[in-house]
Amino acid sequence: MADIRNNFVGIKSPNPFWLASAPPTDKAYNVIRAFKAGWGGVVWKTLGEEGPPVVNVNGPRYGAIWGADRRLLGLNNIELITDRDLQTNLREMKQVKMDWPGRALIASIMVPCVEESWKSILPLVEETGADGIELNFGCPHGMSERGMGAAVGQVPEYIEMVVRWCKQYTRMPVITKLTPNITDIRKPARAAHAGGTDAVSLINTINSITGVNLDSFAPEPTIDGKGSHGGYCGPAVKPIAMNMVAEIARDPETRGLPISGIGGITTWRDAAEFLALGAGNVQVCTAAMTYGFKIVQEMIAGLENWMDEKGHRSLDDIIGRATPNVTDWQYLNLNYVAKAHIDQDACIKCGRCHIACEDTSHQAITNVVNGVRHFEVIEAECVGCNLCVNVCPVENCITMEPLAAGVMDQRTGKPVSPVYANWTTHPNNPMAKVAAE
Amino acid sequence: MPEGQFKEGIAGGRLSPDQYAENFSDLHPPLDHHEALVESDRCYFCYDAPCMNACPTSIDIPLFIRQISTGNPIGSAKTIFDQNILGGMCARVCPTETLCEEVCVREVAEGKPVQIGRLQRYATDVAMSENKQFYPRAEPTGKTVAVVGAGPAGLAAAHRLARHGHDVTILEARPKAGGLNEYGIAAYKSVDNFAQAEVDYVTAIGGIDIQNGKALGRDYQLSDLTRNYDAVFLSMGLGGVNALRADGEDAAGVTNAVEFIAELRQASDLSGLPVGRRVVVIGGGMTAIDAAVQSKLLGAEEVTICYRRGQEHMNASEFEQDLAAANGVTIRHWLQPKRVIADGGKVSAIELEYTALNGDKLTGTGETLTLVADQVFKAIGQSFVPSALNGSGASIDLEAGRIKVDAEGRTSLAKVWAGGDCIFGGDDLTVSAVAQGRDAAESINRALTLNGRA
Repeated sequence: MADIRNNFVGIKSPNPFWLASAPPTDKAYNVIRAFKAGWGGVVWKTLGEEGPPVVNVNGPRYGAIWGADRRLLGLNNIELITDRDLQTNLREMKQVKMDWPGRALIASIMVPCVEESWKSILPLVEETGADGIELNFGCPHGMSERGMGAAVGQVPEYIEMVVRWCKQYTRMPVITKLTPNITDIRKPARAAHAGGTDAVSLINTINSITGVNLDSFAPEPTIDGKGSHGGYCGPAVKPIAMNMVAEIARDPETRGLPISGIGGITTWRDAAEFLALGAGNVQVCTAAMTYGFKIVQEMIAGLENWMDEKGHRSLDDIIGRATPNVTDWQYLNLNYVAKAHIDQDACIKCGRCHIACEDTSHQAITNVVNGVRHFEVIEAECVGCNLCVNVCPVENCITMEPLAAGVMDQRTGKPVSPVYANWTTHPNNPMAKVAAE
Repeated sequence: MPEGQFKEGIAGGRLSPDQYAENFSDLHPPLDHHEALVESDRCYFCYDAPCMNACPTSIDIPLFIRQISTGNPIGSAKTIFDQNILGGMCARVCPTETLCEEVCVREVAEGKPVQIGRLQRYATDVAMSENKQFYPRAEPTGKTVAVVGAGPAGLAAAHRLARHGHDVTILEARPKAGGLNEYGIAAYKSVDNFAQAEVDYVTAIGGIDIQNGKALGRDYQLSDLTRNYDAVFLSMGLGGVNALRADGEDAAGVTNAVEFIAELRQASDLSGLPVGRRVVVIGGGMTAIDAAVQSKLLGAEEVTICYRRGQEHMNASEFEQDLAAANGVTIRHWLQPKRVIADGGKVSAIELEYTALNGDKLTGTGETLTLVADQVFKAIGQSFVPSALNGSGASIDLEAGRIKVDAEGRTSLAKVWAGGDCIFGGDDLTVSAVAQGRDAAESINRALTLNGRA
């Protein structure tokens, strides 16, 4: 039986599934329900400074986009950090940690970029018995207008500075949560690393407008006729998050820096993909907000079953396994040739592969053969682009089949070369390096 | 005396008033807004969609479903009406299980097609409830066209001709327009007087004058029409009913199924409509099913359909056969009527002979079966009655007993087109009649206007 116990920068949890700092972790009531459901840990909703708490809007906080059957694909929010009194949160955190010692409890913190502010809150948090802290440098709305959240996360120098303060004033492990609203995610990660962070977590939410009301011409969610960009999350952001995780995992300057992966994780499979790309564990929010805490049961069982099936004994067997396979375009093998293949038994003849290829790509799929509706790849035209695979409604009906070395590629009329060759040495590349003799 | 269901002979009032209402409620209730959105999401928007190709009127089904899913039911209705102005009725009565839904790729993939018919009803209901008229009439051409029969073919032709600016007169023998939509078709497929609502919707375009009680051959001749109008479209349907060719079929209680169905459709109080306690329906098509199921719903105790060939030969779709079975109708195969047995002039039983196929030929085996029956419905097909048509002037060419037309609906007579059940080569479907009416109207328009130019 696979062992999915997680040790993330010394913080132990029975599984790698944590709830991210967000509405589901705003108070003891929710967190206890989460632990009862089986979540391995929670990052408590972000604490602010002592004093009058922040206020939230009193209208819609969330906007969304949906797929077929109104499945929620992306969610955005304009909620701020906890709007509950600091002492209330600390008291509840302490009690919960006492009652649930085996689960991870992390405090998310966002206070002004002033040394004194961090210095004064850290002992209060430490006193709760929390296992670690997460620095919220990510929230893209509201707090960023006040010089916090993403406003810090977008300036690597600030990140490094605050991380240093935190490392100086607490013994707790420091996880630095990064904003994706930045051009190159490696820069803030390197800064956090330089400041001595124990780990980074990413991504926080993405600046977004989910919709426009076409009667009032106001962005949604709409507050009294106006809207503000909110933070986007959910399944739609997963590809963006995974790329950023991989970028940090494979950056020589941050290689080995523990990463807590966040962004659209909904199933065990999503989680396994993040782990494979180098995340040491994962954090979930939108999926729980969509379906409730019970989803963790599917995640736990699914991850275990997959690991058992593949013979992976512990999370260490899978973490980072895909990282070495993430590379730059210039190193992709240009001699690799694949062709689409349509399984005629599985094909339901919707014709979408044909029209996608015919209208928008390479005219490489038939629609009629011998007067009969029939969809078949014309190998002489197929560039192996994979569009047909992606638009086909039937899983595994269309597959990309690599051509073995030596086999004739009907499109080029040349046999497939057995030799790896990439753009750096390609004759069409004006910058090509001469192959070493 | 036994009452209700067990009343002997042909009698009304077999059920409680509530039971009638329940039995004759909508067979496929309309999709509500949420259901329509969920169902429309299932459509894959296929390329060169099989459903569209299976539709006799070639409605762009993927497009109209996509328009529903994007919150544009009015646009969706226009997509439907562009091809089929009777899209509302077709949504209700089309045997979708043998047309669009049979070839839906999700039927192929999962055995669960997108419910195209119900989605079509959803969109057309929205537009019709708002009385949204999509088609302005073209400038008047001054041309006049006579349409014989206000059924699906005639209405479709009239609407298209009116759109093109021609003035249309529909001459209808019956007191109401609608043809089989009004007088045929099981009541539970067209509730709330939909057929009349649709006639009103179609004729709201203007330029269509329906004259009821005008029968060809009785009140006017074809030659009158060709003389007085610029073009004529014949769509009078089938006036005759095939005989059983069984001894004693003139006994009281032996009725044409189409007449029973028409009577039922026109009845203001179903409890007043008499039906037998034990009913036998002879036939294997939709009319047989409609008559049998409705007999059962009116309270008949036993209803048996007898068809002279096997299940696989029945014209009624599998869905219709299942519907009959679900309503308690027994379907028996390989039986042909031999003799109606009467008692005091009234039918009391029917003797049937077992049949078998000898090669291609159907023959009686000599073995017989007698079913007790106080009512027998004949549903073995209808026929075209050419006498009214060819009563005066030049006659029109027929083929296999129906009017012969070319691909555009032109008959052998100049200025005369035809469509619907009265032509040879049709499939007796409402939707096909609509297609024929529409296409003949386009042909007439081309002829009257020099390729569409007035």
